[in-house]
Amino acid sequence: MNWGVLLFPGSNCAEDCFHAVDKILGKPVKYLWHKDTDLGDVDAIIIPGGFSYGDHLRPGAIAHLSPAMTAVKEFAAGGGLVIGICNGFQILTESRMLPGSLLQNRGLKFLCQDQSLKVDNADTPFTSEYASGDVVGFPIAHNEGNYYAAPDTIAEMEANGQILFRYCSPDGEVSEGTNPNGSINSIAGIINRTGNVVGMMPHPERSADSVLGLSDGKGVFVSMLKHLEAKHG
Amino acid sequence: MLKAIVTVMLKKGIFDPQGRAVQNGLDSIGFDQVKKVRVGKQLEMDLEMTDMATAEASVHDMCDKMLANPVVESYSFEIKEA
Repeated sequence: MNWGVLLFPGSNCAEDCFHAVDKILGKPVKYLWHKDTDLGDVDAIIIPGGFSYGDHLRPGAIAHLSPAMTAVKEFAAGGGLVIGICNGFQILTESRMLPGSLLQNRGLKFLCQDQSLKVDNADTPFTSEYASGDVVGFPIAHNEGNYYAAPDTIAEMEANGQILFRYCSPDGEVSEGTNPNGSINSIAGIINRTGNVVGMMPHPERSADSVLGLSDGKGVFVSMLKHLEAKHG
Repeated sequence: MLKAIVTVMLKKGIFDPQGRAVQNGLDSIGFDQVKKVRVGKQLEMDLEMTDMATAEASVHDMCDKMLANPVVESYSFEIKEA
């Protein structure tokens, strides 16, 4: 069972993602390069955070046109698990693999803080280690994390259980007052309609190792691993 | 040679916090007649092309594929002799 971490010029969370798979899960993982047209034998792909191509034009706007993204789309179309974190989420929306877009934070400030999140749907390959309604803590670090999609798209996603995480207060209250960046319905993480592509602004890989003082994010990687193990036996 | 000037703006109805900040700034130095500001971006491109219609089709294609994100942005452009 092989994992891949996709690297672009400007990715800066790749080593944390690599560490989460290599050291926390203890599974084989390799880096994939944005120029690769063949991703090789991988079962899950992580698109890490950072500032691919310096965020020029729009975050993810140039990265999503990379040769490797064509291969990632094919991989996802075949049911492969793909998770984009922070800039990875922005790349996935730019590529239309996920609906909506990430706008500049409502408060115009780069946000870098520990953030409470409410698990909205625990019945997915990415969240099965949690229970719906759980409050977890992952760090956030972004300037464009303000999730936007057209109202009919939001209604459809809500009805389909496509919201995985919402920003909340430490005691689980979801309101405009606990929404750090202006995201519609406090949306912090979403899944596609077919349930195999996830994008999220918070960083589970920065909260996956208990030596860092936060380990709630580990559940995302363990959920994915259990799904892959069940699938591959 | 032709020159294309592309303007990309957030779609109408999408809150533009940067525009609001600029409006507040103008207000603070006395320009209180400014009631709304929207901040967009402009791209100038030199095109090694001569045919206007072909250039228009190409620039449309560039905007759709990369220069604008149709989920949140709209675009317009003009093309002139460089």
